[in-house]
Amino acid sequence: MTNHVDSVKTYTIIWIILLIGTAVTTVVAHVDLGPFSVVVALAIAACKTLLVALFFMHIRHSSRLTKLVVAGGLLWLGILLLLTMADFVSRGWLRGLRN
Amino acid sequence: MITAAAQEREHYLNTSYGIKSWLLTKDHKRIGLLYLATITLFFFLGGAFATLIRIELLTPQGDLVSSDTYNKLFTMHGVIMVFFFLIPSVPATLGNFFMPMMIGARDLAFPKINLLSWYLLVVGGLFTLFAMFAGGVDTGWTFYTPYSTTYSNTWVIATALGIFISGFSSILTGLNFIVTVHRMRAPGMTWFRLPLFVWANYATSLIQVLGTPVLAVTIVLLFCERVFHMGIFDPARGGDPVLFQHLFWFYSHPAVYIMVLPAMGVISELVSVFSRKPVFGYGFVAFSSVAIAVLGFLVWGHHLFVSTQSVYAGMVFSFLSYFVAIPSAIKVFNWTATLYKGSISFATPMLYAFGFVGLFTIGGLTGLFVACLGIDVHVTDTYFVVAHFHYIMVGGTIMAYLGGLHYWWPKMTGRMYPEAWAKLSALVIFLGFNLTFFPQFILGYLGMPRRYHVYPEEFQVLHVLSTAGASVLAVGYVIPMVYFIWSLRYGQVAGANPWGATGLEWKTASPPPLHNFDETPVVTHDAYDYSTVMEEGIEVG
Amino acid sequence: MADRAHAETPALRVQFDTAEQQKDASTLGMWIFLITEIMFFGGLFLVYTVYRSIYPGVFAHASSSLNEVIGAINTAVLLCSSFTMVLAVRAAQLGQRKAIVIFLILTLVLGFVFLGVKAYEWNEKFVEHHVPGPTFHFEGLPAGDQGPAQLFFSLYFAMTGLHAFHMVIGAGILMVLIWQAKKGRYSADYMTPVDLGGLYWHFVDIIWIYLFPLLYLIDRHLLK
Repeated sequence: MTNHVDSVKTYTIIWIILLIGTAVTTVVAHVDLGPFSVVVALAIAACKTLLVALFFMHIRHSSRLTKLVVAGGLLWLGILLLLTMADFVSRGWLRGLRN
Repeated sequence: MITAAAQEREHYLNTSYGIKSWLLTKDHKRIGLLYLATITLFFFLGGAFATLIRIELLTPQGDLVSSDTYNKLFTMHGVIMVFFFLIPSVPATLGNFFMPMMIGARDLAFPKINLLSWYLLVVGGLFTLFAMFAGGVDTGWTFYTPYSTTYSNTWVIATALGIFISGFSSILTGLNFIVTVHRMRAPGMTWFRLPLFVWANYATSLIQVLGTPVLAVTIVLLFCERVFHMGIFDPARGGDPVLFQHLFWFYSHPAVYIMVLPAMGVISELVSVFSRKPVFGYGFVAFSSVAIAVLGFLVWGHHLFVSTQSVYAGMVFSFLSYFVAIPSAIKVFNWTATLYKGSISFATPMLYAFGFVGLFTIGGLTGLFVACLGIDVHVTDTYFVVAHFHYIMVGGTIMAYLGGLHYWWPKMTGRMYPEAWAKLSALVIFLGFNLTFFPQFILGYLGMPRRYHVYPEEFQVLHVLSTAGASVLAVGYVIPMVYFIWSLRYGQVAGANPWGATGLEWKTASPPPLHNFDETPVVTHDAYDYSTVMEEGIEVG
Repeated sequence: MADRAHAETPALRVQFDTAEQQKDASTLGMWIFLITEIMFFGGLFLVYTVYRSIYPGVFAHASSSLNEVIGAINTAVLLCSSFTMVLAVRAAQLGQRKAIVIFLILTLVLGFVFLGVKAYEWNEKFVEHHVPGPTFHFEGLPAGDQGPAQLFFSLYFAMTGLHAFHMVIGAGILMVLIWQAKKGRYSADYMTPVDLGGLYWHFVDIIWIYLFPLLYLIDRHLLK
């Protein structure tokens, strides 16, 4: 942590982008993007998260350790999701082979 | 060395008196002792359940307890031993007491949170005890759905709530340790000068922080499912019970490493001190702790080999499970290499360390059997698995815990334990342990399933051997309990550094002053640099 | 190194040598706590992912019964509260004591608006029989799909419920901060509690940033 103080202008810009992002994600949900609709929704959410984390939570000015902690947490969430889904996704495969 | 007058000096035990000075203490040393008292109670309670189980298994018929009671016995044994003894055992007592001292800090970073986590363990324990006295719980410590959510009519929620609360105790301890290691090290105490016990506790804390919250949310879901019938684990409503197993083992497999990693840390200290050599390959041992913590999160699916888990996922989990053997083997090899040309002393803590290395090796190697998909299908839910994890948890963790307790007892209390009795009990425990659990490998391989109290007569001989061993083991555990209490008053007064050890905790008086050091230590040497002990001319006990 | 024995103050506890060391430790502790929160919610996100992948159609149907306009407005409310929160932290950094209190109160009010809207939405679910339990019924789906539809609403209540629970705790934290800030506890030299409260508030906001599209916006185009 440093005592870096951002300007009100910076915060306002981020805030407005976040509101626009919310509007965009709501509208895009009504557009047929096929399997990509969930990808787009999550991408927009990830961008919003990044803005909140970098600016509002000051990760931009934080130590490398803080960044490492956050990255580690996300990595572990990824392990939980990935390895469990590896089971659920591949359950039908064996049946597919037999047929 | 230490005169009667020196005994009168102020230390953490005599700065204040009275029940309030203990229950409201923020001193990590006192909190460590509070944990010690609490988990000792739970250990003997869990041991009482084990005793009943072993007595029941003396005969092939169910003549002591009914099937329902037997289900409750092994459930309560598991719940109490895992969540209220093994998880807090080494980190919350020895870690709490010594980790800040070893890095030259006055306390943990958050002393109030440290006290809070002790209270959480106590409250969680009370909930579990309540469930036990109200009628017990019979789901097994694993709470598998849909039995736990739909069918069991025992005290599932009260027990699960107890575990939920004690989980926060574990999380807060881990959080506190991580911040302390990062932010509270004394000047000159770089990461690679940290004693390996600190490394091991740090790696353990990572697991506590990353894994335990998943157990917490799993218990919340279990609660919702049982009370509101939401269907999340109910196949009749579109849910999948195996999802519960994924969530449960995401925490509970790494939880095994919460139990054994700090124990390995203790062994690194003991092997070095009692062979008077720096640990061979310090960096490898330090990083193998972190590697075990990380790899431990990638293997939980090996508990699901015989569930509906996809066989492809099973193969991946089986493959990944073997990787845990690498850092574990590095540790065992490096401890052994440390002994080479060392000046080995057979003091009690070292006996426990030898016991640990042997038993952990057997436990670890049989782990390779059960990590192998094909063999595991044969031995799943048999006594082979029971024997395997008791070799790790009892043969590993408890041996190291007792070894550490003996090693640091003079520092904690200022008194020595009686060496002859201690050696005797170490021997009794080692023999009793092997007699209890080795026959169980054979039993399991021959097909004796776990969690049954009625069994075919041809298994009786091995069961009788196991029960006989358990009786020996019980005696072995009671002896230290007696002489530790005895030593508080009658034990020989210990000097600041009775073992001639190098850690910072030995550079301050025994028992230590309130804030650990009279002056913040400045570290100028690597860990386990025994030349420094010689220079200072501290008497070697 | 500072003197060994120094008096204990909130800005410098006895175990720390410098105020900066204490601040660093507190901040790191908060971040690690947030990691535990990620893993806690992570379990729910996992359950959601599993069942959405198994029942994509039913989840889309069930999702479209939620009012996405109200959801979007509530998201905006929460983002506004994050904006006022970060202004409160900024005021604390600059030692503007009055501004801290004003922005914290604004944040608290927006938090309550969010919870009020949430309560209204939950009430609607009770009216529509969309609450998991014996009376659950989702119109327009065959009997075989009622279970998966109930799963969606179970997850909806579990996730929004736990999120709301965190909001309530956040509101409690804000009240303590407002009370302390009014007493003039915080200055440019000591504002760690405001900073940490802000981190927590933004984290709860981030959880909602994911809950909104995952619960309200599943394949809306399919059901026009």
